Amino acid sequence: MSNTRPLLEVRNLRVEFPTRRGTLVALDDVSFDIHPGEVLGVVGESGAGKSMTGAAIIGLLEPPGRIAGGTISLAGRRIDNLPYKEMRTVRGREIGAIFQDPLTTLNPLYTVGRQLVETMTTHLPIGPGEARKKAIEWLELVGIPAAAQRIDSYPHEFSGGMRQRVVIALALCAEPKLIVADEPTTALDVSIQAQVIALLKTLAREKGTSMMLVTHDMGVIAETADRVAVMYAGRIAEIGAVRNVVKHPSHPYTIGLMGSIPPISHRLERLQQIEGSMPRLSAIPKGCAYNPRCPHVFDRCRSERPELIPARDTQAACWLYDPASGTQAAEVRADA
Amino acid sequence: MPDMIPAADTRPMLETQDVARFFDVSRPLIQRLLAGEGKRMLRAVDGVSFSIPKGTTLSLVGESGCGKSTVARLVVGLYRPTRGTVIFDGQDLAQARADSTQRRRMQMIFQDPYASLNPRWRVRDIIAEPIRAFGLLKTDAEIEARVAELLTHVGLSPLDGQKYPHEFSGGQRQRISIARALSSNPEFLVCDEPTSALDVSVQAQILNLMKDLQRELGLTYLFISHNLAVVRQVSDRVGVMYLGRVVELAPAETLFTTPRHPYTRALMEAIPDLDMTGRQRIPVGGEVPSPINPPSGCPFHPRCPLANDRCRAELPQLIPARDTPEAVVACHAVEEGRDGGPMPGVALAETGAAVAAS
Repeated sequence: MSNTRPLLEVRNLRVEFPTRRGTLVALDDVSFDIHPGEVLGVVGESGAGKSMTGAAIIGLLEPPGRIAGGTISLAGRRIDNLPYKEMRTVRGREIGAIFQDPLTTLNPLYTVGRQLVETMTTHLPIGPGEARKKAIEWLELVGIPAAAQRIDSYPHEFSGGMRQRVVIALALCAEPKLIVADEPTTALDVSIQAQVIALLKTLAREKGTSMMLVTHDMGVIAETADRVAVMYAGRIAEIGAVRNVVKHPSHPYTIGLMGSIPPISHRLERLQQIEGSMPRLSAIPKGCAYNPRCPHVFDRCRSERPELIPARDTQAACWLYDPASGTQAAEVRADA
Repeated sequence: MPDMIPAADTRPMLETQDVARFFDVSRPLIQRLLAGEGKRMLRAVDGVSFSIPKGTTLSLVGESGCGKSTVARLVVGLYRPTRGTVIFDGQDLAQARADSTQRRRMQMIFQDPYASLNPRWRVRDIIAEPIRAFGLLKTDAEIEARVAELLTHVGLSPLDGQKYPHEFSGGQRQRISIARALSSNPEFLVCDEPTSALDVSVQAQILNLMKDLQRELGLTYLFISHNLAVVRQVSDRVGVMYLGRVVELAPAETLFTTPRHPYTRALMEAIPDLDMTGRQRIPVGGEVPSPINPPSGCPFHPRCPLANDRCRAELPQLIPARDTPEAVVACHAVEEGRDGGPMPGVALAETGAAVAAS
């Protein structure tokens, strides 16, 4: 994968929220790539910064949040510093967005057909007649029955699962190279969720679209993503191929996170739990942000902030995997 | 009741007999008269019967709109049933609720710990409210000591009583909700999606806490959830609901190893595969129909791969399943043996060990 040029390159991204009580750092030194045709999963608990990362990429950070450092490049072109108007053409044409709640994406006053046609005529060199024909094709493709009739329905006339299908059609219809999907299945019931995941996967593969899939659901990631980034307190704790991160995680946080997922295959007397909770942005501990909860913490973790380094099968921001950490880390690593 | 398990203490903590709750969703009278249409009833719960032996956990699972939360509210008396009866420890619920010594024996934990705690009250007052309301303790010193004990019990510090709810994280707030529920020394807790709003690592903390409390205090739980994996961890028995009815009710182990109802199987099939066995999932098609206009016959028939003419016409009753009689299933296909007999659920087919590589 490393021989192709990445489609999206995020380097040292820093997002800040100025508040009356000082500046909160919501994202700190976040770097990753997404290659053409690749699905990158981004997981983490609430407040870890996963949605923030997606919002920064599509240029929709909620004010007063702002990008305070680093760069975001799409196909070699910087998009983090584009004027609002230019960013609007990037969004839709080059990056499609899917959000958790389909009702926030769809305009309740327009028929879904009008919204699809408008998106296509804005971004693609086609006229309204052809766009309408294509809109029907898209609705069929995402599995809306009787698409030719339903195209003139309003969003409220669709059920939740069908609405999310319309949103997917809307995100894909201008044939963007990258889709940023933020919790696309969280608002849906499991049986509908399975349908939507299957659909996203097939379409991304067929169209060769890259995808950044933000979710808290590890099961969805395991089924859909090629690689996965695990976020904690505004930083990437671990990143690697999905199988390695899910099956052989290295970072103690990822290990704890995986262990706390209740299994469906058997009953446990006790679930593994991570003590405590994620720190607030205003009180991120010195050194490694995870150190107060980490079962393997040692002196260095409390003073120095770890960068992503090679660790077993993945890359992890953890001093356990730095040879320079010395014997103490080696002992803990042998236990872990 | 075919689903009762003989228990040492024979009287179940809670029993529902053919309980139903309809909601009137008709348009205003004038509009109805002008349009010449009748009343429209939403059948949220339509004939649900189960019993929960003392000290055990019954879970109800199902997708949104299946009526599971309505059952929770019926069972604690927040709704009155349209039909049928709820029996709490041998006594009709309506009578039990009128008597505060009975009333304090049941409590409820809600899904959203942000909405269920009064933001203007200190935590100690929130937890002490049931104690004061039922007059369980007289002096302030006694109440203070009890609140401190409850806070410690749920893993918080007695000093946290001074604080307000906004100073706590979601998981800590759910601990406060649990402390409040426990403050009247209840025997029966109704938990409506208690961990759905929480992150997964915090969910594990709360589930472990609830298990510990059950063991220590001998609590009986009615546990409502949409998450089958969570349900597997906490339940003795599980009822699967679809469109206001229980379609399968079985001991947890039986349900997860040999799910019988086609809907139960579909639900399990739909769970994302964390073990990455590469198994191709076949998602069930279609969506849950409207409870205002439920389909004829079996409510699941429009989505069911085994549906035939009988399923479209005749409502199946909950009866012991062929080959796995400890499960009661409402399905003509299972009754007639058209389902191919008990098959291991996907949960069992995945032989992959636990994901955690600790």
